[in-house]
Amino acid sequence: MTVAATPARGGRRRARYSPREVALALALLAPSIAVFVAFFYRPFLNLLNWGTFESRRNGAYFEDVGLSQYREQLTGDDFREGLWNSVQFVLYTVPAGLVLGVLLAVSAHRKLRGIKVFQAIFSSTLASSVAVTSVIFFYLFNPVVGLIATDWLNDPDMAMFAVSLSSVWQNMGLSFVIVLAGLQTVPDEVIEAATLDGYGPTRRLLRITLPLISPVLLFLLVVLVIFGLQAFAQIDIITKGGPVGATETLVFKINRLNRPDNIGIGAVYSVGLFFVTLVVTTLQFVILERRVHYAR
Amino acid sequence: MPYTEEPRHRVGRGSSVRTVGDGADRRRSYVASVTFEGVTKEYEGDVVAVDALDLSIDDGEFMVLLGPSGCGKTTALRMIAGLEDITAGKLSIGDRVVNDVDPAKRDVSMVFQSYALYPHMTVQRNIESPLLVRRYPADGPDAPARKLTGAERAERVAEAARVLGLEELLKRKPAALSGGQRQRVALARAFVGRPQAFLMDEPLSNLDAKLRAATRLELVDLHRRVETTVVYVTHDQVEAMTMADRIAIMSAGRLQQVGTPQDVYAAPANLFVAQFIGTPPMNTIPGTATTEGAPGVDVGGGRAPLPPGLASRLDEGRPVVVGVRPEHLVIAPDGPLELVVRAVEWLGHECLVFGTIGSSPVVVRQAGMSPLDAGGRVRLAVQPVDVHLFDADTTERLA
Repeated sequence: MTVAATPARGGRRRARYSPREVALALALLAPSIAVFVAFFYRPFLNLLNWGTFESRRNGAYFEDVGLSQYREQLTGDDFREGLWNSVQFVLYTVPAGLVLGVLLAVSAHRKLRGIKVFQAIFSSTLASSVAVTSVIFFYLFNPVVGLIATDWLNDPDMAMFAVSLSSVWQNMGLSFVIVLAGLQTVPDEVIEAATLDGYGPTRRLLRITLPLISPVLLFLLVVLVIFGLQAFAQIDIITKGGPVGATETLVFKINRLNRPDNIGIGAVYSVGLFFVTLVVTTLQFVILERRVHYAR
Repeated sequence: MPYTEEPRHRVGRGSSVRTVGDGADRRRSYVASVTFEGVTKEYEGDVVAVDALDLSIDDGEFMVLLGPSGCGKTTALRMIAGLEDITAGKLSIGDRVVNDVDPAKRDVSMVFQSYALYPHMTVQRNIESPLLVRRYPADGPDAPARKLTGAERAERVAEAARVLGLEELLKRKPAALSGGQRQRVALARAFVGRPQAFLMDEPLSNLDAKLRAATRLELVDLHRRVETTVVYVTHDQVEAMTMADRIAIMSAGRLQQVGTPQDVYAAPANLFVAQFIGTPPMNTIPGTATTEGAPGVDVGGGRAPLPPGLASRLDEGRPVVVGVRPEHLVIAPDGPLELVVRAVEWLGHECLVFGTIGSSPVVVRQAGMSPLDAGGRVRLAVQPVDVHLFDADTTERLA
């Protein structure tokens, strides 16, 4: 009793809240908790549950098969093929979009008359919707009237690359805008100090500028990878998953499976995609965050 | 040969100023003069930041560029560094015209107002940074410059850290340092390359008053030991007066006066300099020269004496401005000037009496406590040698 009466000094005291404070906190959090429960946690639990049911007779009824459906589907060829296609899409779209965006931002980050015009042009890809962009690229690749008249969209080896180009184009705009904003936080004097220290433009970029905006780059990387794993509209519009399933990413397959007779498998794929995204994102943070410099 | 010379100006251990190892005394850079010849910097839209600047900074000199913000002093400094293009004129470091020389090849280093440390690097890496890329004449002044080896770099970093008292902090990052420590790291980074000239852009302005005073002494001490040319930009005349070998005072892109602190204080070249140097600044009272009776200047109902030897050069009725420093006005019952007292500020060791002569505001500095009250009148006298006279139109000094 006497010990408890004297508050511990110097040591880290764990915050204790009175019941009134806890009640108030819960009351204030209630609206957001309600939204999350209604639109995220409960549907997600439903999804996990649906994954344990196998459809019978084209969805006439469902049988509870426990985890066996997860085991079968997640190790199956179709899931693996979808995952590989998704990974390919990410590999095509993320690094290219990021690098091009950074290069554009670095070249447009200077005091020149009329530079705003270029900044507006470079960021315009961000303002175009996925649908519009996809239709534009669809026609660009048209073998007859297209500017890049090729047969890529019908070539299983080239289709994924062709589909990716529209996303590279869009990612470039997003990267440009965000990196440009990041560059504006880098103090001029630090760059000038590096100039006096003998750093040439490339070394300045790699040793000073990019490390200083590394939080922005990590954010972009994470977001673009998630965008890539979730890409759907551009694939649906440009190739509809073809030719011969060469551009069927996981999301595309999930969408195709989203019918009463396959809803269990679709649920399994969705859960699989969720965990793939979770693991990839976590890995990015764990591996890269040590190299990210957060100011102050 | 270049590295062996007698020890000089060594600061003894236990001195109040930071004690310094022998390494710092041993080093002698190839110090260079810096010469501006008609150097002009014009920005787009006909904004002239620096207007035909002629200034010659001797090797080893501590030159302070002093002036209010926007006077062109920082632009002048940045032109030495190569961070600003030169519109016209010739800028030389030593014998070399550097107008078109790359900043990294000018052999100068700079301490920025914000210190401009690399926040993602440790103190050690920050200090080492200039040594990584640049080439140095490490084998003597006549041998070709080369990149330093890892051991040489480590040695130089250790020396700079020792001189500036940073040994304990080498593994930290700038965010974990105090303002004064960051400033020291910036100095170490500038120091480590042993440049021909140090450029400093208001390096003390982000420090608190106490630390600023202490760092002033250290900078002077550092300069004495390394004997490098220092070009130091500030708007703070106290820094200029206390640290400079010579001061170059600038205003509106033009050089107003160059001289030792004593020179510019004792004989300001024009009204701008007169009012810029000194705290409180020199009193300036417009008046009319007169040769009737005892020659002098009629100001606000009184007559100020003329500086010695000037009477014959002044025409009757010529408009002039009389300048008198606050400490040169003496309260005397039979003095020729009358001050209407507005307020008295007591500062402990002295007091400042604020008032007016005629319609001009005037400050009088008096030792100890003043018995004067606001609203009272008091007679003031001034010695002829303490009177400065400026032309009312050109503001140039007459005497």
